[in-house]
Amino acid sequence: MDFKTASEIAFPDTAARTDAALQELETEKMSLSMGPSHPSTHGVLRLMLELDGEVVTGCDPVIGYLHRGDEKIAENMTYNQFVPYTDRLDYLAPLANNVAYALAVEKLADLDIPPRGQAIRVIVCEMARISAHLLGLGAYAMDTGAMTVFLYTFTEREKLYTLFEELTGARFTTSYTRIGGVARDVPAGWTERVLKFCDQFLPVVDEVDKLLTRNRIFVDRTEGVGEISAADAVAYGLTGPNLRASGVPMDLRKDDPYCGYENYEFDVPIGTRGDSYDRYLVRLEEMRQSVRILRQAIDGFPDGLWYDEGAKKIFAPPKDKIMTRMEELIQNFMLVTEGPQMPPGEVYFEAENPKGALGFFIISKGGGVPYRLKIRSPSFASLSILPKVCVGAMVSDVVTILGSLDFVMGECDR
Amino acid sequence: MTAAEFPPEVRERFPEVSERPSVDCKAFNCPPERLPAFLQWLRDALDFDLLTDISGVDWNDASPRFSVVYHLYSTRRHGYVRVVTDCPSDDEPAVPSVVPLWPGANWHERETYDMFGIRFTGHPDLRRILMWDGYEYYPLRKDFPLAGFETDLPDAEVAAETGAKVQAAPMAGGPFVAPTRGTMKEREPRAKDESWTEKKPKPRA
Repeated sequence: MDFKTASEIAFPDTAARTDAALQELETEKMSLSMGPSHPSTHGVLRLMLELDGEVVTGCDPVIGYLHRGDEKIAENMTYNQFVPYTDRLDYLAPLANNVAYALAVEKLADLDIPPRGQAIRVIVCEMARISAHLLGLGAYAMDTGAMTVFLYTFTEREKLYTLFEELTGARFTTSYTRIGGVARDVPAGWTERVLKFCDQFLPVVDEVDKLLTRNRIFVDRTEGVGEISAADAVAYGLTGPNLRASGVPMDLRKDDPYCGYENYEFDVPIGTRGDSYDRYLVRLEEMRQSVRILRQAIDGFPDGLWYDEGAKKIFAPPKDKIMTRMEELIQNFMLVTEGPQMPPGEVYFEAENPKGALGFFIISKGGGVPYRLKIRSPSFASLSILPKVCVGAMVSDVVTILGSLDFVMGECDR
Repeated sequence: MTAAEFPPEVRERFPEVSERPSVDCKAFNCPPERLPAFLQWLRDALDFDLLTDISGVDWNDASPRFSVVYHLYSTRRHGYVRVVTDCPSDDEPAVPSVVPLWPGANWHERETYDMFGIRFTGHPDLRRILMWDGYEYYPLRKDFPLAGFETDLPDAEVAAETGAKVQAAPMAGGPFVAPTRGTMKEREPRAKDESWTEKKPKPRA
């Protein structure tokens, strides 16, 4: 059988020259367990690496350390009760998860949200995207040795969290959407504060750009590392920025628009090589595009209701009416005890989340509880390509690859 | 892709494939023996190049009891298609693996095996992925209780040293299902019970 040693893959020229010398040396492979508690595995991911010197010859990711059985739990509670669980999937962008889940259930119930509700959802989704990319880039830069970027991005995330808190009452686990709308309207003056954030945010993106894009160390550590071809990216089911960095222009906001994304003007950045550097560039540009969407959404912010008034058996009536009127009281009682009433059917919906396409497959047999709810998580697919990408890389490159794939274990393990 | 755009030749090429009622994208029922050929045809002829998801379904007391659901997306034509295949055997459910078509199916099939016990024949490395090796149950089957079962710890050395077990969820019947009988205190362990403190531990049930 014709096979190559790891050093032949990594250093073809040197390997040929030192081949004779290597024959005399006795070498053996070393196995290294990286994680589950390791700063660069960003959560509880464990990689069983097989090393030949410093070159990775085998990689077997071990996942499931954060498995909580969300799908089982979903089968045992009503649709509205599951919203807080979606916060804990991709916990860096809970608002986007809330929206994706609500949209999936609304697709089943065939609900249309009024324009104001849709605009609010677009705004929170894009803010969540900025927040997730800020953490992703900050942590990625820190993994490759650029500490400062992390401090810049976390300052901005803190401002976003303040805005989230004003809107939803929580900084982290927002649980903001309801089936049929969102929990409450935006507070007075909030959209102006979002615009103010946008104004001061773009210069910070430029600073991050200046710190990293032409930074010799960062470029040396990321360029050409962890290259994923477009064909491989599609074959492994990569989505979101990781797929776009490989040059596939797939963005569900453009291709299969939801929440009125078709009304906004924005560009979809794509990469050329699909290496770690491209993945960084794509995320950086996506933050700028998100700001563009935010400005348009706030500029044409429509008046009206933020929930579907017709969804009587699905969306809870306003609190003041529950306390004073009989019909609303009964309606609220039925909603709490039996859950929102859904028609039977099978529905699959994917939303373009910061990490990629977050999908929900719901089988309903009618009533307030899903028969089966499957969560398709983008991080799960992103990590499944690791055994292919890591082989032939150096140990330090593994850290870069992990940082550039920008995964969240909460979503991967569910 | 809407139903109208779907080419009618699917019926001639795959007479055993039938349309499945669906409220969103186009959906098909496909017998397991024709599944790889059908999915390959969808991928190559109709551009459904991205396998986004594989999920299992347990239909509980129905037969066939287990189904596997595939969702494909076309990055060029921007549409989804759903393919559902029923496992012929209820006791030892198995369908052919599609890893030769999409390497990304590897983990999805491992997860479906892990959660439902559906075997994928021809899978290169079919072992558990979310639960640990040696776990005895398939948690997403409908006969698996929400609270779980008491089992041994994954690490045999730690288990021998400590004698600890992986315990079922503390609340009766599961975290969110309260039984209807008994007093409030018995039904709802979270109900305030001041008869036990840190010094005087709660008596074992």
